[in-house]
Amino acid sequence: MSLDRKEKIARRAEREIKAGLIVNLGIGIPTMILKYLKPEKHVMIHSENGILGMKSHCSRQDADRNLIDAGGGYIDLDMGASFFDSVLSFSLVRNGRLDISFLGALEISANGDLANWMIPGKYTPGIGGGMELAQKARRLVITTLHTNRKGKAKILKSCTLPLTAKSCVDRIITDLSVIDVVDGKLILVERAAETTVEEIVEKTDAPLMIPDRELPQF
Amino acid sequence: MDKTTEINDAVSIIKDGQTIMVGGFGGPGTPFILVEALLEHGAKHLTLIKNEANLPQLGVSRLIEAGRVDRLITSHLGLNPTALEMMNKNQIEVEFSPQGILAERIRCGGAGLFGFITDIGIDTVLSQKKQVITVNGRKGIVESALRADVALIHAAVGDDFGNLIYEKSARNFNPAMATAADVVIAEVESLVTTGTLAPDSIHTPGAFVDHVIEIRELTEEYAILEDYVFG
Repeated sequence: MSLDRKEKIARRAEREIKAGLIVNLGIGIPTMILKYLKPEKHVMIHSENGILGMKSHCSRQDADRNLIDAGGGYIDLDMGASFFDSVLSFSLVRNGRLDISFLGALEISANGDLANWMIPGKYTPGIGGGMELAQKARRLVITTLHTNRKGKAKILKSCTLPLTAKSCVDRIITDLSVIDVVDGKLILVERAAETTVEEIVEKTDAPLMIPDRELPQF
Repeated sequence: MDKTTEINDAVSIIKDGQTIMVGGFGGPGTPFILVEALLEHGAKHLTLIKNEANLPQLGVSRLIEAGRVDRLITSHLGLNPTALEMMNKNQIEVEFSPQGILAERIRCGGAGLFGFITDIGIDTVLSQKKQVITVNGRKGIVESALRADVALIHAAVGDDFGNLIYEKSARNFNPAMATAADVVIAEVESLVTTGTLAPDSIHTPGAFVDHVIEIRELTEEYAILEDYVFG
């Protein structure tokens, strides 16, 4: 069930990627977007370890020992791919050359703050490249289950966990909804076919603006 | 100038308490054979600078697990639960930098700079222990440069002068680290005579490299790792 919900998020998230964009996909659901990405869009996928133009994860027999993505998956390359070092890789990120970045979340606040890297006292693995991706991509889309494992809302009035970056989130895609962050407000823009607006509101712990029209479904 | 050196002669310069940079992002670019020689050499109380800590029982994780590392400067330990556990038990001190900030701190160290100013991490816990200044009206964190006593580098091809060429995603932190240490030791999969590499193809010029170690046979750590992800 959970996997299906994640696949649904990844499939919906793919529609955010317009042709020709420079894209970064974080670990988890964002990486699952690769499976749905249409080749005719000719996007260039950036991997923090120094690749622009990764294509997809490859099979065991096609794996090259010197070719992995930032999540440790063996990959193959798209046409026009390039390699560079870690310094240049993050020049690309901090310089605003990433058109769109997809990341997971532990918490997201009503004004677009993101917390996705540590739970003090429990899990503190370090931020990796996430802070720079969150802060500097031109557009940041969060792909996450709507609630956490305990069933509690991940979308909150304000984050309780240490922030990855402040006011960085543009859009949230969950198994239940698509929500935009506009001028510090959350606006429901789509709902999953199998849910109701009431359920989304109930599972969102922050004010949610509901447009006075029939919402598109996904 | 011939910089080819026997591996044990090169690694034997490393002393207790020194700071060591190790190239690599995951497996690719990690100089496993040099790390193994360092483990055998026995230096302890090391400060290690590496993007991550490899997987448990691999690469620098072996140094950490053997208690040789007092301090680790890194960006992410999510793939190494052993190192995380040692950090949580205070068996190892860990300093985290965002990945690109870690790379840039090393680049600065290699470029003769004291540090740089960035807005990455501003308004987060990262800025709490650091100096924050205003430049041209923008607030930024002062990040200090990183240098090491010794850098351990992996390259696909090198010549006896120390010109290096990296391969694919095995480049990562290696070029920056090769500029940022007092002594740079590079292991190369293929050693060629100086003059055979096309000047345009060289990633690290030999001026930065002190010792070149020819790898005679790649050990199994360099092979495709089953713990990694396949499509």
